[in-house]
Amino acid sequence: MSALSLVLGRSLLAGDFPAGEFATHRLQAGSSLVASADSFLERLPLVARDVFTSWLPEPWRWLVNSLISIAVILSVFGLLFAYVTLAERKILGRIQNRPGPNRTPIPFINLRFFGLAQPFADGVKALTKEDVVPRGADHLLHFLAPVVLLAFSILTFAVIPYGRHLVPVDLNAGVLYFFAAGAATELAVFMAGWASRNKYSLLAAMRALAQLISYELPLLLAWVPVVLVAGSLSTTEIVAAQAGWKFNLIPHWHVFTPWGAAGFVIFMIAALAESNRSPFDLPEAESELIAGHLTEYSGFKYALFFMAEYFGMIALSGMAITLFLGGWHAPSPYLEFIPSYVWFGGKLVVLLLGFIWIRATFPRLRMDQLTRFAWKFLVPLALINLANAAFWSLSFPWAGPLQLLRWLISALLVVGPFVLLGRQLSAGVAPRVYRYAAS
Amino acid sequence: MTAALVLIAVTTLATAAVALALRNLIHSALLLIASWFGIAAFYLWAGAEFVAFAQVLVYVGAVSMVVLFAVLLTRRSRADPVVSPDSLSRAVSAVITGVAVFGVLAAAILGTRLTPSTAAAPTATVRDIGTQLMGTHAAALLIIGILLTVALLGAVVLAAQDPAETNKDAP
Repeated sequence: MSALSLVLGRSLLAGDFPAGEFATHRLQAGSSLVASADSFLERLPLVARDVFTSWLPEPWRWLVNSLISIAVILSVFGLLFAYVTLAERKILGRIQNRPGPNRTPIPFINLRFFGLAQPFADGVKALTKEDVVPRGADHLLHFLAPVVLLAFSILTFAVIPYGRHLVPVDLNAGVLYFFAAGAATELAVFMAGWASRNKYSLLAAMRALAQLISYELPLLLAWVPVVLVAGSLSTTEIVAAQAGWKFNLIPHWHVFTPWGAAGFVIFMIAALAESNRSPFDLPEAESELIAGHLTEYSGFKYALFFMAEYFGMIALSGMAITLFLGGWHAPSPYLEFIPSYVWFGGKLVVLLLGFIWIRATFPRLRMDQLTRFAWKFLVPLALINLANAAFWSLSFPWAGPLQLLRWLISALLVVGPFVLLGRQLSAGVAPRVYRYAAS
Repeated sequence: MTAALVLIAVTTLATAAVALALRNLIHSALLLIASWFGIAAFYLWAGAEFVAFAQVLVYVGAVSMVVLFAVLLTRRSRADPVVSPDSLSRAVSAVITGVAVFGVLAAAILGTRLTPSTAAAPTATVRDIGTQLMGTHAAALLIIGILLTVALLGAVVLAAQDPAETNKDAP
């Protein structure tokens, strides 16, 4: 779904594909459909864009191209957000043995289609609801909080390479930009909690901040090894560093190295916590804090918070793909004829389904468990992983049997600390003994 | 380009000035954060991508939280006005510290001779910055780290005296 709609996503890098080349490319399309790097399908988004903007004079074309990229990102990820919420509700429903939303018909034709129109019904509902602002609230901040949150979560989409030619902005320090834009979410959560003038809101905002700050550290430490090994902060170069296959079989993705696998797992756990997803959804723990910092929000502002949350989840998944899962690279040289943006979209959908699966399966953590897990377990492991990646990049010239030794040492550096730390932390706690339940 | 610089400068200075003038501490803290954004925008304008994003990551992401937590934990109620100084000696020491910091900064700014350079702008990549920080300026980096740790420990020592006093007062 997302992959196909990603087709049009592209690119402030104007002018690398002049409009005149369109005809020649169409002529070559038959022969170059299979050749991967520059096939017609690969170029399709650019071609579509250039057909649209070719009639414009040169100084305007750049501006319109940028606007098109922005519009495409907003519409593609807006639709993806809408249908991820639907997929989440349907899948959660199926896992909990109920059908999920299935009754919203498509207007005028009155066909239900498994409730495919549900997100739009939700949108209309959120728009028409009364927008209640408490009398004691700080009106300006109460209004600004969801706006700031959504604006910064949309900014993070700018640097992710969606395909071989689809990088909206190619920055020299792209990864840093991504996490700098993500850092402002803490500010928005604080603003929401404080401006609501509600004890639950403020308490929950404090808890949310404690969680966000705790998990920011493992999140940042998890990607530093990737930057160390790839030798660049630019997202395009990190993706380029993962090109190629060993024996035409195993891709050179970072996740297929010992440090990369550990880093990916740490990154995904921290990403779960950063996007307030279950099992780390304490900020909006509805059983304890009503809805946390969202208590005093209603109508479309409430919907905006959720939009930002899902955007954050999608962006972090996209970053995880870029950093660890080879970006838009195909998993096998024989599958390269499928365009790169389809691979990116496919990986994105798989990660999002993983998020939903995790939400349906794990119980919520307690506050002390949450912070203990971050500071005592994830941060030390991430630091050791950094040393592991340093070893990996220093032992790069090793060959022959030394190569096996390199893998062995690196794997030991991942498994050893994990087992030792896990045993030490869970001593006296796990495994749980069920005294009264039948085993 | 100059228009953008003027806009950035005006935004940064105006938010900082309003932050000083406001009575609501949370509002001034948030305006201060807006001012830090302005500084990041200036770095971006000057072509220092890495420094700009690091500024946002550190100041907007982390330092802002420290400031906001400090404000929240020290005010008793949100209507609490800005308090007058506890004693004359505190007020005097505050003024002396402020004047000293201003003096050092002003002397540093006035003492630096800015000669317009004719050489081409150096292209500093992130890798260059990294080698510079870890090579030639490693000592300075370590000293700053130790200084910040000492400051953090000092803050903890200052803050940790509170519970003992309240226990003494308790019936």
